[in-house]
Amino acid sequence: MITLTVNGAARELESSNSTIAGLLGSLAIDPRLVVVEHNRTILRDKAAYASQELEEGDVIEIVHFVGGG
Amino acid sequence: MGIAVETSLDVSPLVIGGREFRSRLMVGTGKYASNSDMIRAIEASGAEVVTVAVRRVDLNRSNEEGILNHLDPNQFFLLANTAGCYTADEAIRYARLARAAGFNEWVKLEVIGDQETLLPDTAGLIEATRTLAAEGFKVMAYTNDDLITALRLEEAGAVSVMPLASPIGSGLGMLNPYAIRTIKKRLSVPVIVDAGVGTASDACIVMEQGVDGILMNTGIAAAADPVRMATAMRQAVEAGRLAYLAGRMPRREIAVPSSPLTGMLDS
Repeated sequence: MITLTVNGAARELESSNSTIAGLLGSLAIDPRLVVVEHNRTILRDKAAYASQELEEGDVIEIVHFVGGG
Repeated sequence: MGIAVETSLDVSPLVIGGREFRSRLMVGTGKYASNSDMIRAIEASGAEVVTVAVRRVDLNRSNEEGILNHLDPNQFFLLANTAGCYTADEAIRYARLARAAGFNEWVKLEVIGDQETLLPDTAGLIEATRTLAAEGFKVMAYTNDDLITALRLEEAGAVSVMPLASPIGSGLGMLNPYAIRTIKKRLSVPVIVDAGVGTASDACIVMEQGVDGILMNTGIAAAADPVRMATAMRQAVEAGRLAYLAGRMPRREIAVPSSPLTGMLDS
């Protein structure tokens, strides 16, 4: 297991599944509807989610569009 | 039917940043009682541009889901905002996140300076506009009704400047028509009045100043009947635009009869 900070809270992820795609899958999040920031770097290429490895202590933000003015 | 006639009378289409928009009314998507109310109101408003905010996904799913589950991005032009950002750096980060969603490179830039009034931090706003414009963003900058700030935003590369009618969510209508008119006269980029419109007459009066459009959210969402109000706002924006193009009669301090003074009966 590795421990990440995801949207401000600690969250554990299986080491065997430690990619962005793996994290989104474990959270049941559709990658098409979100934007991911990894250690303050925005991941603009969703195709790279599957290969983007995560490490202990990484900080992830997962955002989406909500109602606003 | 009526709409087609009115549109043909509004000879100049709204063009911002090289893109033509079919409606001069832009609407927000916040504060609706339900998503179905929101969709029906937006459709009634006739708006093409709809604003959205960028927020964390609630990993515990206790909050509402993302708006793209309800709003078809093929039907509307999504304009992401940076609402809630208090520094240029924060607003730039939100704008970049929004762009990475892949819909467009537009942003309604807000850099707020004060929690109570939600008035802009104009220095941070100009700085963020310059940075984002250099990165290829089409920046629509929410600002106050100060001419000098508006001019600096244009110089910084904003494709549109968006002065407030009155503070966000206040519904106070246009507090300073002179300031809004002056900004419109002096800027080359389109001026879209953003915030403060509370009811249809407010929208009409704003458009009569000659501005290019209005963005509103609470004025529709917080009405007792948002769908009716959205319809009223659409008609008011069109009416105000046509009245501006028509050119109003001069104001006089004395009465001038409308009926002939001749042909009266002997008394």
